[in-house]
Amino acid sequence: MSFLELRQIKKTFPDGTEAVKGLDLSVENGELIVLLGPSGCGKTTTLRMIAGLEAPSEGRVVLAGRDVTSLRPARRDVGFVFQFYALYPHLTVRQNIAFPLESVGMPRRERAQRIGAVARRMGLEPLLTRYPRQLSGGDQQRVSLARAVVRRPSVYLMDEPLGTLDADQRLVMREFIRDQQQAMNVTTIYVTHDQEEAMSLADRIVVMNEGRICQAGPPTQVYDDPESLFVANFVGSPGMNFVAGRVRTENGKRFFSPDGSDVRLPVDREVGAGPVTLGIRPEYVCPASDGPVAGAVVMDEYQGNFRSIHVDAGFGSNIVMRAAAGDRREVGESIRLNFDAAHMRFFDTRTGQRL
Amino acid sequence: MEEPFLILENITKRFDRVEALRSVSLDVKPGELLVVLGPTGAGKTTLLRTVAGLEAPQEGTIRMGGEDVTRHSPADRDVALVFQDFSLYPNWSVRRNLEFPLRAPGRRFTQAQIDERVAWAAGILKIGGLLNRKSQQLSGGEMQRLAIGRAIVRRPRIFLMDEPLTNLDAKLREALRVELVCLQRELKTPMVYVTHDQVEALSMADRIVVLSEGRVLQVGAPEEIYRRPASPVVARQLGQPAINLFNVTRSNGFWMSESGMPVAPAKDGQDKAMILGVRPEDIEPTGGKHAGEVRVVEDMGPTKILLVSWAGCDVHVVTPPTANLRPGDKIFPRVDPAQVVLWPAGS
Repeated sequence: MSFLELRQIKKTFPDGTEAVKGLDLSVENGELIVLLGPSGCGKTTTLRMIAGLEAPSEGRVVLAGRDVTSLRPARRDVGFVFQFYALYPHLTVRQNIAFPLESVGMPRRERAQRIGAVARRMGLEPLLTRYPRQLSGGDQQRVSLARAVVRRPSVYLMDEPLGTLDADQRLVMREFIRDQQQAMNVTTIYVTHDQEEAMSLADRIVVMNEGRICQAGPPTQVYDDPESLFVANFVGSPGMNFVAGRVRTENGKRFFSPDGSDVRLPVDREVGAGPVTLGIRPEYVCPASDGPVAGAVVMDEYQGNFRSIHVDAGFGSNIVMRAAAGDRREVGESIRLNFDAAHMRFFDTRTGQRL
Repeated sequence: MEEPFLILENITKRFDRVEALRSVSLDVKPGELLVVLGPTGAGKTTLLRTVAGLEAPQEGTIRMGGEDVTRHSPADRDVALVFQDFSLYPNWSVRRNLEFPLRAPGRRFTQAQIDERVAWAAGILKIGGLLNRKSQQLSGGEMQRLAIGRAIVRRPRIFLMDEPLTNLDAKLREALRVELVCLQRELKTPMVYVTHDQVEALSMADRIVVLSEGRVLQVGAPEEIYRRPASPVVARQLGQPAINLFNVTRSNGFWMSESGMPVAPAKDGQDKAMILGVRPEDIEPTGGKHAGEVRVVEDMGPTKILLVSWAGCDVHVVTPPTANLRPGDKIFPRVDPAQVVLWPAGS
């Protein structure tokens, strides 16, 4: 049995909203799982059901072999980190970190040891006597994390903990969380709508939409082999290119042709007839003097360590190509492109499912 | 050299005792897209409002099209402002919102001219099908298109944009960014675009102005600012992950880190103590002489970001996704000496 199991959990709110529509998930001990999805997809409700802050309408939550579905939050042995720091402003950093230990009645000496250890590990020692208002946003977030981990719960639950930080700090905290989590090997469920955060943190990403799981897998798998248009579109920035068209066979060879275009892109596998949508990530679109796709550069976006070149190839929407930082293109310049056949993904245009 | 359309000379703006802008000088050339980049509180919005005439500077002059407009009212400057929060009239239709700037006092457009302009702006921004919809019924992206439409409909002499894409989700932001740049290029109207988002700044700007605490720190093309930042403060504003900074001293032909490890070769004749900057993509994970330990591996799709303990510091290294590395692995980072940036210590 896995460490944490969600079995067919559902949540219907009194107003009839079905926030979570029957969800199964098994989490192994020490795993970092990211629940990723747009707002309203049910990810936070799922987390709150694990925490015990919401009761499932149906289904079971099993933690370390114990059915905790009807247990109060305090009896579940979970540590929750919210989006906002929510530190007690009138308490020092030390007192803030001590709070969860005091509330379970831990003796003073053991408490001091625990706080010392967590402060050392997280680099908070110089800040212990300060008050929250004297800290930067990043430091407040670290204290908030310290407070969640000091109790050594068996699961950490994190709800967009970095949402309020600026980009620079987010990256630092992201690595801090990953570093700490790996060192302590504590099972963590992390909720975010930020695909970059999900990619960088997760052992497994669980992509959610409309109360259901769309796909669960390691970041590379979700990125390289999305099972639906929804996942393909949600993960990756700049996003995957999509081209609607058809696959046909001529003289035993398979080609993809975009709608309204006579371009023929070789296809290396069975896809089936009918309307399909081709998906290809910008890093698998390459300039090639004999490439089958001809177009004109619409925009050259310099991004520091790479460029996004937007090309109008007459496919309805522009094709974005990832290029080296030194590969500057002029607007209006004509260009020929090749799509890497091994990385072309095909989706059923009607259902959005991977073919 | 083309004569700039907009010139700010030594603009200082104080609110009580706070100096929001400190002797700011900059210019915008005809058709140029100038991005002002800075963190919250840098003075970006005050700068834009001063150009628009909504704030009067205590010192300095503003020239537009060769004319001193420092004391001109906002209406006389013929500028268009777009804000982050759209500032639409929620109960009005899209059409009425678009017509509003054309019906302002002092503007004499016939109804036919108004219809023609509204149709033109709505067509460009792909909101032609929504003209009778109330603006509160629009999606976020449609609202921002409408806000931009309201700015272009008047064909002002310059666009002033205050973080117009900040409140939109990531996908929409990406799409509208491209649309906005294409639109600006087509209209050839100069634009000052204010943002704290370095991705927007790098990808949109003809030139970037880096603003911090009311001062201009550097002005230049995106590549120039990214590759040759004038100071560590500027360097850290661009690039994700941020540039690696080392305090170094010169010894035996090398720049040595504080822990005494050589970071990169040094040339004679340079100062003894410097700050050395190297971007994460300019460090190879192999080929160096001194080991570092990989602490965190972040798989970002087209790249991997490594956090490495090396030379006594936490160092970021960006590698291709094919690099098969795990936390705990030893690597031998090599800094590309050609891409190193140096500043005097204490800068």
